[in-house]
Amino acid sequence: MSDLPAEVQAWIGQKRYEQVGEFDVERGYVFTTCASVENGNPIFWDEKAAREITGGWIAPPTMLSVWFRPHYWAPNRSQQAQPLQVHFDLKQALGLPEAIMTDNTIVFGEPVRPGDRLATWQVLRSVSEMKQTKLGRGRFWVIDVEYVNQRSEFVGRETYTGLGYRRHA
Amino acid sequence: MSYRELTADRVRAGDALPELAVDVTATTVVLGAMASRDWRPMHHDKDFAVKRNGVRDIFLNTPNQAAWFERYLTDWTGPTGRLGRIQFRMKDSVFPGDRMVFSGVVESVATDDVGCAWVDVSVRLRVGERPMTECSARIAIPAAAGDNPWRRKAADWKP
Repeated sequence: MSDLPAEVQAWIGQKRYEQVGEFDVERGYVFTTCASVENGNPIFWDEKAAREITGGWIAPPTMLSVWFRPHYWAPNRSQQAQPLQVHFDLKQALGLPEAIMTDNTIVFGEPVRPGDRLATWQVLRSVSEMKQTKLGRGRFWVIDVEYVNQRSEFVGRETYTGLGYRRHA
Repeated sequence: MSYRELTADRVRAGDALPELAVDVTATTVVLGAMASRDWRPMHHDKDFAVKRNGVRDIFLNTPNQAAWFERYLTDWTGPTGRLGRIQFRMKDSVFPGDRMVFSGVVESVATDDVGCAWVDVSVRLRVGERPMTECSARIAIPAAAGDNPWRRKAADWKP
């Protein structure tokens, strides 16, 4: 018998938080991301290489989640929007004030290109029983985040394992 | 422009990838967080990281670690390498002052039923002798000169 609240049990397998990105995929963030890891791959920097290899500019595949992280502030927003909202819903519903990500799997589909407007949704896959960890007592959960482009082509899926916990007293 | 192009006929299971060493600074952590639009304070506010998360400093965020793994892998394959899948487990956090070292080993080389050449690689991010993140990646590379995994679409792309 699961000790999960009924509200959380109902979320498992449910497609939630379907949304279209707030802005088009753009090269400014591509440069910033490449600079942050000193990635000199010519498909992000050299137009001829991009044209020959990838049929034009693309974004680094691992940037998928970047296109959906909300602006820190926006007009007419009363509270800060959260990326991966299911993760924060779980913290709240389960009374676990701290959380970290432990595992991340990303599967990549069609390349993401500047000008694309992606869409996404989140699906909670599982929540563990309470466990003792080195950070505190808490639960692990698995969340899938699906991404498609404006042509409904699959561009990727991220699977996150999070640990929500309460620190040792 | 010339660039490296690793082809499957030149890769064998057991091959070691060249190591990459990076000295992590607070700027590395903050730049990585901002580049991935991750505004959560544990990636830029040391007081928050210490008092709320119970760790010793701000630390590298998840999407930026993915970007580091991508860079490490495509440095090795060259730009014709196309990531199909990446999985990683973070065992401990990477902090400013750490020297992170990436190393990798080819686990297998295979061609799928649509002719795409895949290399499975295990990658380790360590600090000193401590493994911080274990990663497994599946990356498509040209089967031979003239092939290009980036041209594959839909049913011809099975990551």
